[in-house]
Amino acid sequence: MIMLSLMDRDATAGRRNRRAGWAATVVLGLFAGGAFARSNSDCLDCHSDKSLSTKRGGRTVSLFVDKAVFEKSVHGAADCIACHADLAGKHLPHDAPLAKAQCGSCHDAEQKLYAECLHGKAVARGDGLAPLCQDCHGAHDILPVKNPRSAVAPLRVPFVCGRCHKEGAPVQLQREIHQDRILENYSESIHGLGLLQKGLIVSATCASCHTPHRILPHTDPRSTIARRNIAATCARCHAQIEEVHRKVIKGELWEKEASVLPACVDCHQPHKIRKVFYDQGMADADCLGCHEKPNVVASKDGRSLTVNPAELAQSRHAKTACSQCHSGVRPSPARPCATITTKVDCAACHAGVVEEYQGSTHGVLAARQDANAPTCRICHGTHGTLGKLNSQSPTFPINIPTLCARCHREGEKAAVAYIGNQHDITTKYTESIHGKGLLQSGLVVTAQCTDCHSAHRELPGNDLSSTVNPQNIGTTCGRCHHGIEEQFARSVHAKKAGATDKPLPVCNDCHSAHTIRRTDADGFKLTIMDQCGRCHTDIAKTYFDTYHGKVSQLGYTKTAKCYDCHGAHDILPVSDARSHLSRGNVVATCRKCHAGATRRFAGYLTHATHHDAKKYPFLFWTFWGMTGLIIGTFFISGVHTALWLPRALKMRRERKKTKAASAGDRREESAAGPETGEEGKTDHE
Amino acid sequence: MILSFISLASTGMTLKFSYTSWAHGLSRAFGGFESAGNIHRFAATVMFGIFFAHLFDLAFHKRRELGGIKALLFGPDTMLPRKKDLQDIKASFKWFLGKGPRPQFGRWTYWEKFDYFAVFWGMFVIGSTGLMLWFPEFFTRFLPGSLINVATIIHSDEALLATGFIFTVHFFNTHLRPEKFPMDLVIFTGSMPVDEFREDKPAEYEKLVASGELENYLVEPYQPIVVRTIRIFAWSALAIGSFMVIWIVYAMLFAYR
Repeated sequence: MIMLSLMDRDATAGRRNRRAGWAATVVLGLFAGGAFARSNSDCLDCHSDKSLSTKRGGRTVSLFVDKAVFEKSVHGAADCIACHADLAGKHLPHDAPLAKAQCGSCHDAEQKLYAECLHGKAVARGDGLAPLCQDCHGAHDILPVKNPRSAVAPLRVPFVCGRCHKEGAPVQLQREIHQDRILENYSESIHGLGLLQKGLIVSATCASCHTPHRILPHTDPRSTIARRNIAATCARCHAQIEEVHRKVIKGELWEKEASVLPACVDCHQPHKIRKVFYDQGMADADCLGCHEKPNVVASKDGRSLTVNPAELAQSRHAKTACSQCHSGVRPSPARPCATITTKVDCAACHAGVVEEYQGSTHGVLAARQDANAPTCRICHGTHGTLGKLNSQSPTFPINIPTLCARCHREGEKAAVAYIGNQHDITTKYTESIHGKGLLQSGLVVTAQCTDCHSAHRELPGNDLSSTVNPQNIGTTCGRCHHGIEEQFARSVHAKKAGATDKPLPVCNDCHSAHTIRRTDADGFKLTIMDQCGRCHTDIAKTYFDTYHGKVSQLGYTKTAKCYDCHGAHDILPVSDARSHLSRGNVVATCRKCHAGATRRFAGYLTHATHHDAKKYPFLFWTFWGMTGLIIGTFFISGVHTALWLPRALKMRRERKKTKAASAGDRREESAAGPETGEEGKTDHE
Repeated sequence: MILSFISLASTGMTLKFSYTSWAHGLSRAFGGFESAGNIHRFAATVMFGIFFAHLFDLAFHKRRELGGIKALLFGPDTMLPRKKDLQDIKASFKWFLGKGPRPQFGRWTYWEKFDYFAVFWGMFVIGSTGLMLWFPEFFTRFLPGSLINVATIIHSDEALLATGFIFTVHFFNTHLRPEKFPMDLVIFTGSMPVDEFREDKPAEYEKLVASGELENYLVEPYQPIVVRTIRIFAWSALAIGSFMVIWIVYAMLFAYR
């Protein structure tokens, strides 16, 4: 601001100049202030009042602008006067009414198109029913088109257009619209159903065919719905329709207008797109057209892309269309399969299973791009996938051991990488009772790999969520052996809170993981004592000092072994009345083999040992007494014999000498006669 | 006697030393453990039979032969130990050490008497405990069950003593003694050459010569073929016994549990 320094002039001139200066200041101030006074908050000072309204054409129109909505809208960063340009330079409060906001000041391309179209021309004519930008897009709450809450989002488009074009609306009644019941027909057509019932937002809406800012009548050759342009309009989505169109034109049109090529709308009436139920997998024939040929290979790596239609037809996916699995396919006028860039994702339908799989060791390895990791197709195949109840399927129970053995047989990829203590798994399984039942007897319900390790959730035994982790094994085995699981849970070996912190056995500690044998086989019966002996070392040793133990070591299985007396899965402490060895039950237990057993008989000490002086003193002293007797006897006899030996040798030498001498004498004396074994006379004792 | 003893010893040892590998092989040779057990019990019955037959023999024949029970038990040919035996023991030790002549043994030497009563002792101890083990349900009607454990120890250790003694000391005394080596057939033939008799049992010889009864006891020796058969049997028994001893010693030294 320029301040005139007028203080030094004469009074009259100074007073006049000062007034001019003040006026200038005020005017300038007003101008400047006027410019600043046009910020949004100034407008909103009045317009954020909810009750602000005016009357227009007899109706009350609200002038409320919601600041929060506006700021979230796509124009939220703009000034009010950017659109309401006629407010520039005006004071507040401004004269009402304002001119309509001109969207074209920024959106000039659309404005130009719009000016050419039916709607734009109607507006230019001053048609009161003509739609302005704000009628479709909204005013202060415009959201980007991609936002599903936008006023012109695909799902809303029929309702936006329908506001004017629905049956009975003023536009339909008073203007020349050559289609009737538009909205009704559309909503029942396949496009309408797709959009409104199934939420398929790529379905054709009004905007897809009529180009929203350039709506032209079908007679206008520039219109997207002009007869000669219709094919291009429809082919924006139905790209390959010319190649795959099935229904032969019945011949009617040819008869009526022989030389005219039909346009889509000749058979498929606009808005009333006919609901056609196509054969399931109709498009598959097009895929197979190339892919059933034997020499189809991938251009990248030359792998075969041939699909055997017979195999596919027999598979579980026979009723699934190609594109349901190969869902990366997009419409393309060239080869649609060229648009496929992603591998088939089984999770599209089998989401639960894939989620499980991703948590498993197989899935984790596959995610790490491990070349040896099995993916869905390795086990289940691709186009020939058969259900697990089909005996040809690799996932049929009888075939599962072979399937897993592909990698888990000793020497194959998984076995080589394996770091646990299980070896020769497949051989052991085949010889086990489960293996024999499954593979030799064909008993399909027998436990095989996936029954214990789960089909898609395989985890190593030290993982807490693995089905073969010690704390879960009981449940896993109990899926079939439920009774035993229940028994075991009541036994002394089951994990009970606070009972003991010693490691407790679970199924595989006694039965092994894969070499599970028939429990009535001798091999099992004898090795089970090694199993009990692993934890109960001392008492197992003493057992082998008794008759039962000694005889069992010679392979005698009928004798009492650990489980004959203690039970197998229902072992309880002797103090528990339900135990086989409780005071009330022990005689009955002995009677299992010893029919005449009495209570005194049960006094036999099954784990007695003569090595323990504290526990079994009389056995200890008996043993040492006998040992003393033996040692004493041998000592005395040994001394006696040792001393005798030299004397005895001397006697023998002397006797030989005398025998030789006397024999010589006798031969000279007697006549030749048969020599008997011993010399002549013998003495009867 | 020899057969039943050897059967008992070998089947029993396979059980006592069942933790060794030779026991497994031997029990298989018997047709499995159950069959070995049956052989053991059968041989035990035979031995009981022999025992009672001997008692019977003592009661009826020997008594008559020797002139009454008093003569049987207290005469010069008794099996019961006498003062002379004590003298013979002392004289023997003197003779071993070169400090005296060989004692003049009578009908029964002291070690033969010891062997005899050892059998009695063994029969009693091993037999009774063996019966307890064979019929535990019966015996525990009036005996505590823990006595079965005691019986097991006594039976097997006494058997060890008996078999060990027989296959070592007795074999030496009777067969491996250098003057008798390789074996004394008198147990089988019931007769020995007169010259041997004169040297072995001089007191007895003197007595018979003095009473003139020597001629009554002279018999023809057996045919060579018979003698050979006897020798083969005897050698087999000797061999089996020796093997048993070796096995037992090995087990006791290297594999004992």
